Amino acid sequence: MKREPVKYALLVAVALLAPLYFSGGYLMNVLVFVGINTLLVVALNLLLGFAGQISLGHAGFFGLGAYISAILTATHQVNPWLVMLIAALAVSALAFLIGFPVLKLKGHYLAMATLGLGIIIYIFFNEAVDITGGPSGFSGVPNLSIGALVFDDDVKNYYLVWSFTLVVILLAVNLSRSRIGRALRAIHDSEVAARVMGVNVRLLKVQIFALSAFISALAGSLYAHVMTFVAPASFGFHFSVELVTMVIIGGLGSVYGSLLGAALLTLLPEMLRAFQDYDIIIYGLILILATMFMPGGLVRGIPAVLAAILPKKQERG
Amino acid sequence: MLAIRGITQVFGGLTALDDVTFTINRNDITGVIGPNGAGKTTLFNIISGIYTPTAGTISLDDRNITRLPPEKLATRGMVRTFQNIELFGQMTVLENVMVGLHTKSRCGIVSCAFKFPWQISEERRIRDSAQVWLQFCGIEELAGTTAANLPFGKGRLLEIARALAQEPQIIFMDEPAAGLNGRETLELALLIRKIRDRGITVVLVEHDMELVMDVCDRILVLNLGRKLAEGTPREIQENPAVIAAYLGEG
Ligand SMILES: Nc1ncnc2c1ncn2[C@@H]1O[C@H](COP(=O)(O)OP(=O)(O)O)[C@@H](O)[C@H]1O
Ligand SMILES: [Mg+2]
Repeated sequence: MKREPVKYALLVAVALLAPLYFSGGYLMNVLVFVGINTLLVVALNLLLGFAGQISLGHAGFFGLGAYISAILTATHQVNPWLVMLIAALAVSALAFLIGFPVLKLKGHYLAMATLGLGIIIYIFFNEAVDITGGPSGFSGVPNLSIGALVFDDDVKNYYLVWSFTLVVILLAVNLSRSRIGRALRAIHDSEVAARVMGVNVRLLKVQIFALSAFISALAGSLYAHVMTFVAPASFGFHFSVELVTMVIIGGLGSVYGSLLGAALLTLLPEMLRAFQDYDIIIYGLILILATMFMPGGLVRGIPAVLAAILPKKQERG
Repeated sequence: MLAIRGITQVFGGLTALDDVTFTINRNDITGVIGPNGAGKTTLFNIISGIYTPTAGTISLDDRNITRLPPEKLATRGMVRTFQNIELFGQMTVLENVMVGLHTKSRCGIVSCAFKFPWQISEERRIRDSAQVWLQFCGIEELAGTTAANLPFGKGRLLEIARALAQEPQIIFMDEPAAGLNGRETLELALLIRKIRDRGITVVLVEHDMELVMDVCDRILVLNLGRKLAEGTPREIQENPAVIAAYLGEG
């Protein structure tokens, strides 16, 4: 029972102290993106891991958050924090409306529909040149600031992003251990039984889709302000697939697994740079091995591996 | 209490139920029997809102509930178990029953995410009453087991515990004794009576004639989608049409 607060406190401590070791280095910058990706993976995991509903369009929600923040703050000088809230609300409202027809679909059909949604949004970023700047992107996004504190370097951005990430992780853990979390997992296991138990399956799926889009848009806004530049290429189909991969590698239905999945798949390409042309092959191999030997994801696989490697103390006594 | 009037269900060219009319009395244990394919499960699927019938109406206490979906019926105190067990396999036994308390709790996404004080006390209440229903069904020692790992008989009991947690006024059980051994079936009979003694109306589909004749107050016999007979266990046992159908089946 008491393990949860300890786990979370440890995570907070590690997150707060990490810059002491990495600041100044290139990794600091990567860790900012680990934070952003963790937000996205937690968001997608609520939908995919808990409720069992796939989305291949989450890069689109992420992109919408980024573009709304970029455009409203750069060209219209609206307060960035306000825009961040507006963007998240608008994107989740959009997801809510789209969710009703789309989440009626199941399995491959749901995958196709959300894929289509992501592609439409991506095409919009590319083609609406007047608004979005088209394929070459949109620059001049201001950094976020609080009073005199401007989030303009890696360490500051790290703390900015990770305060969001840590709060979202806490809220997601709470949610997963509540009647809503159980209802979501119930939908995953047996939709018909969940309905008989009084769960409004249709509404709850749409609500969680909207919540997931809310968090994704938030991540998008942060991304825009951290990068000060957005371009369609970051929000394409392949990023949606990467997010799904992170959820699965980390562990379906595990919030902490989301963090592991995001961290591994964000750090790995950086670490594999040394292998130059072979990096993509090694990356692929690691994914294959991870799914083969850790079918429950890192969050269940790592403890199992540790238990197998570490000497068992009980056996002596 | 529950009036079934002229229920007909057609699947493509197949008439699974043909103009079935029947009334279920409050606080009775009612049995629905009939050979395989008679339409018993289909009748349960219609009553529980999973199918919409081709024709006919269902009313609960004189209120029409024919087109209500299962989640609405749950709030009106109607619940069921499934012939092919439908547990939440990845969740623990206790969590399964906690889902059964969904209609008895209120907290939404926001209160759950922020763990507001009233959410914490509600969660405690959900956990405590789930424990009580596990005890009621005699599976409290399995609370922490993952539901998918339960032996078959315990799975059936868990389905019942989860359904009872809703504190329904009426529970429908589709073949609760299927796959149970002799001792488990006897315990089930006791449990069914215990449920009725709490003021819950029980309707069960069952093939085990000994069980049905033993616990039921009234029986509906279906054959090839039609109502063949209804009455007390004794009347049914002596009904020539029923005897013919069952002997004819071999
Ligand atoms: N969803 C369905 N689609 C088509 N046919 C069905 C469906 N459900 C049941 N049936 C058919 O209806 C008939 C009655 O089935 P069922 O109600 O399951 O019988 P029982 O529970 O009495 O054994 C069977 O012939 C079955 O094949
Ligand atoms: Mg049946």
